[in-house]
Amino acid sequence: MAKETGIMSWKELELGNSITRPGNAGELKTGDWRSMRPVTDYEKCTKCGQCYIFCPDMVYKKNAEGYYEQNYYYCKGCGICAHECPVSCIAMVQEGD
Amino acid sequence: MGIAAEAIKDFKGFNLKNMPEVEPLSSGHRACQGCGEILALRQAMKALGTNVVVCSATGCMEIVTSPFPQTAWNVPWIHVAFENTSAVVSGVEAAYKAMNRKGKINQPDVTFLAYGGDGSTADIGIQALSGALERGHNFIYICLDNEAYMNTGIQRSSSTPWGASTTTSPAGKYSKGQSTWKKNMPAIAVAHEIPYVATASPAYPVDLMNKVKKASMIPGPAYLHFYSPCPTGWRCGGDESVAVARLAVQSKVFPLYEVIDGQYVLSRKVAKPKPISEYFKMQRRFRHLTETDVQMIQERIDAEYAELLKKCGVEA
Repeated sequence: MAKETGIMSWKELELGNSITRPGNAGELKTGDWRSMRPVTDYEKCTKCGQCYIFCPDMVYKKNAEGYYEQNYYYCKGCGICAHECPVSCIAMVQEGD
Repeated sequence: MGIAAEAIKDFKGFNLKNMPEVEPLSSGHRACQGCGEILALRQAMKALGTNVVVCSATGCMEIVTSPFPQTAWNVPWIHVAFENTSAVVSGVEAAYKAMNRKGKINQPDVTFLAYGGDGSTADIGIQALSGALERGHNFIYICLDNEAYMNTGIQRSSSTPWGASTTTSPAGKYSKGQSTWKKNMPAIAVAHEIPYVATASPAYPVDLMNKVKKASMIPGPAYLHFYSPCPTGWRCGGDESVAVARLAVQSKVFPLYEVIDGQYVLSRKVAKPKPISEYFKMQRRFRHLTETDVQMIQERIDAEYAELLKKCGVEA
């Protein structure tokens, strides 16, 4: 099964077309929908967590130092985090630059 | 003290510094960029945790989370038709109750959640919802209100506000868009005299999560109405969906309140309301409205808000 696209042949399906693992949409790569990429400036970040709670794609995760890091595998590039950041430390950067 | 007030009197509430890390809804769902509806649902699921059974009506949230052969749900989830979401959740709740009583399972503290869009709540599923609320099943119903049938291509619903342009109420030479006012769904839920009714917005996540948690603690039915911005259908920028939701609260279009045992409680008083034109400007569905139309809507919104303040016992 092509995990990143979710496309698979009928021969690979389980008996009864059942889905055997919950949350397996996590394999889908929604990151390639993106044309702009959020980049955080950790110098300015205050660890407030607004980007984390306002992300519709659960992209942000807290690291050991308490900063929130993006997982670009899922980020669709909507830009809510950059728009909502109270200290404007997230910039949207053109993908491919 | 009523049963709802009794159940939530020790509730402390969430805060931004220690959010629960659990994500019952996984990444990799196929919602549009900047979807406000999945954001509201994600915050609600975060508050509920994993000990939950979810019944989903047809709609955007069903489509984007469960395209075969993948599912974004880490918790038990069932998709049913528009009409019978509340009927199915009643059955699930009753089955759990009976099996617990007979000793076949020992899971007394499962939360039952049903959700649907505004179409499946205010139009198609309202009779099943009314029945389930009246029978008093212990479940939570969430209406994710994006003010039209967005999944099938922006058709009007009874929850669409006056003047909004949709594909079945298009603005043009002889039409100003939707010609009726938004149905007051929370008031209909309050009229069932259920213990808990609340409105919430994803722009205020802590408030939203607190309300969901309270709803799960209360015995008996709870109805929650979530304002869910839809950048695709409202024609606003994907990055602006949270800003639109916030502006809707600040301009009194969508006031946040709870009704606990029939008592109205205002969650957030708008001290300096913004003009409604500011909210309209962000969305292309209201672009055709003239000054007089906006003035007329503003007057109605002001009157509705004053009435709500009176119900809450707050001075204007």
